[in-house]
Amino acid sequence: MTTTTPPASELTPGSTIEALVQAPAKARERLTSRWASLAAVFIAVLWTLPTFGLAVSSLRPELAIKTTGWWTFFSNPQVTLDNYRAVLGNGSGGLGGNFINSFVIVIPSVVIPISLAALAAYTFAWIEFRGRNLLFIVIFALQIVPIQVTLIPLLSLYVTAHLDGTFWPIWLSHSIFGLPLAIFLLHNFMREIPRELIEAARMDGAGHVQIFFRVLLPLLTPALAAIGIFQFLWVWNDLLVALTFAGQPTAPMTAALSALSGTRGTAWHLLSAGAFVAIIVPVAVFLSLQRYFVRGLLAGGLKG
Amino acid sequence: MTTSQKFTQMGAAVLLFLAVVGVILFVATRFSGRKADRAVATVFLLPTVVMVALGLVYPGAKTIYQSFFDAAGSSFVGFDNYATIFTSSDQVTVLRNTVLWVVVTPFVATAIGLVYAILIDRARLESFAKALIFLPMSISFVGASIIWKFVYEYRPNEQDIQQIGLLNQVLVWLGGSPQQWLVNPPWNTFFLIVVMIWIQAGFAMTVLSAAIKAIPEDIVEAARLDGVGALGMFRFVTVPSIRPALVVVLTTIGIGTLKVFDIVRTMTGGQFDTSVVANEFYSQSFRSANQGLGAALAVLLFVLVIPIVAYNIRQLRSTEAR
Repeated sequence: MTTTTPPASELTPGSTIEALVQAPAKARERLTSRWASLAAVFIAVLWTLPTFGLAVSSLRPELAIKTTGWWTFFSNPQVTLDNYRAVLGNGSGGLGGNFINSFVIVIPSVVIPISLAALAAYTFAWIEFRGRNLLFIVIFALQIVPIQVTLIPLLSLYVTAHLDGTFWPIWLSHSIFGLPLAIFLLHNFMREIPRELIEAARMDGAGHVQIFFRVLLPLLTPALAAIGIFQFLWVWNDLLVALTFAGQPTAPMTAALSALSGTRGTAWHLLSAGAFVAIIVPVAVFLSLQRYFVRGLLAGGLKG
Repeated sequence: MTTSQKFTQMGAAVLLFLAVVGVILFVATRFSGRKADRAVATVFLLPTVVMVALGLVYPGAKTIYQSFFDAAGSSFVGFDNYATIFTSSDQVTVLRNTVLWVVVTPFVATAIGLVYAILIDRARLESFAKALIFLPMSISFVGASIIWKFVYEYRPNEQDIQQIGLLNQVLVWLGGSPQQWLVNPPWNTFFLIVVMIWIQAGFAMTVLSAAIKAIPEDIVEAARLDGVGALGMFRFVTVPSIRPALVVVLTTIGIGTLKVFDIVRTMTGGQFDTSVVANEFYSQSFRSANQGLGAALAVLLFVLVIPIVAYNIRQLRSTEAR
């Protein structure tokens, strides 16, 4: 599969000595590359098969899932959408409301921290003021605080403010937890913009707000997209914040699925379809915006 | 709450937030010239500083304080909670499991990611091959746990009963008898770790693949002309060239693994001796109502993260200095 032919060997097609020396090396290379391809395919299959099995199962009737393996689907194909209907409905085992909650939670939880982080990153990157470096280092360092450390005191703050039971604790918590990393990454991107560009705008009499919107924002769209995808995936896939702050009416998909897996561990028709409904959204976002995602990843953005 | 009520609430929240940002921007435009810097910096940073102070700094300090108090959080007990973590047999199992997770996951995930990155480097369909390994990264830990719980599913070994879990079926095809993979310690912890490796290998592969592509072509060519074989190339050219990336990948996965909670919670709920520190924090704080021990576990997590991060930053500094 691999095309590892070294271009150097093609430079001297006439030299027979060269060819004699190269021949065994080439043969060995082809051999290793065949084994290499085999190994790569093996890993790829190993990585894909578990997901594939659950995907196939989600389309099989409940009884078939529970009595026969999903691989028998190919000798005895039975397809139904009943599992998805049950999962998206609001009856017993239905997760339709939770699916809605996931969207209701994720949108403000992405918009709020990124907007605030953009303002903060601009300030740290392009405004001189006393204590700037110290404050930036403090916020940078806060990235390492595990969110576990904050949960119980935050919960009592929300109760004091009478916000418990609403979506606010979840929105605010995700915004707070996302801020340090978003500020750090956006700051790095902002520093890469040439100083002359900012200075020129200042010479023209532009204030900070104009510079922010007219000069920086258009250049930062890819960075904002990358950070937006991170925050989206993180919030959509989160379980801990949801379990801590969400009640029955506000619980997202992850919390509902985790509960379903614990209490009705054998309801594979609901679990498989439910897991797929929950998976399909981030996978779609990821596939359509993969370019930005990988760029963000390489810029050092990974929150634990 | 109906669906439309939920979306109305969400819309109201976003509008409220935009109004706040609007006020901030309006205030900022009131000041102009160089002297305005201080005022603009203040209004731009105000919401961030308030949120971070109330949401990270204060709760962090409060949790450290609470870790010296008893289960109800009322009387001071000194270091008793920390002593419990290191002496009670349940908690020692939790620590042992956490060590297993943090040692095994980063190295295995990085090794698989590295090998795969090298195998598919410049292969046909490279980006497709990458996407296959990388996709688990975008799936939630909960989703991944359900996927793997299904792989591990066990059915009793009786005449008319077929296995529905792939792993047990493979075992049966090979002539073995089905196992309850998630029930028997200490091996069940390894079957949970597999899920984390499955998720993290894609991350390792992506970062390392980019690092491999950044190795200067002339170094590779020179080694090839010297007759260095595939294994030699790996040992003497590839690995030394991407060492900084390897360190970042190992430490990042290590930190993520230290905080792993969702997988244990969803697959076993911490039963059968599979609990880890992050899961035990949740169980003690919210299930057993032992605030003091929960707080101490959270602080332990914090303390364990610090050296890994410090090492990571030092590595980054030394590569930047070079």
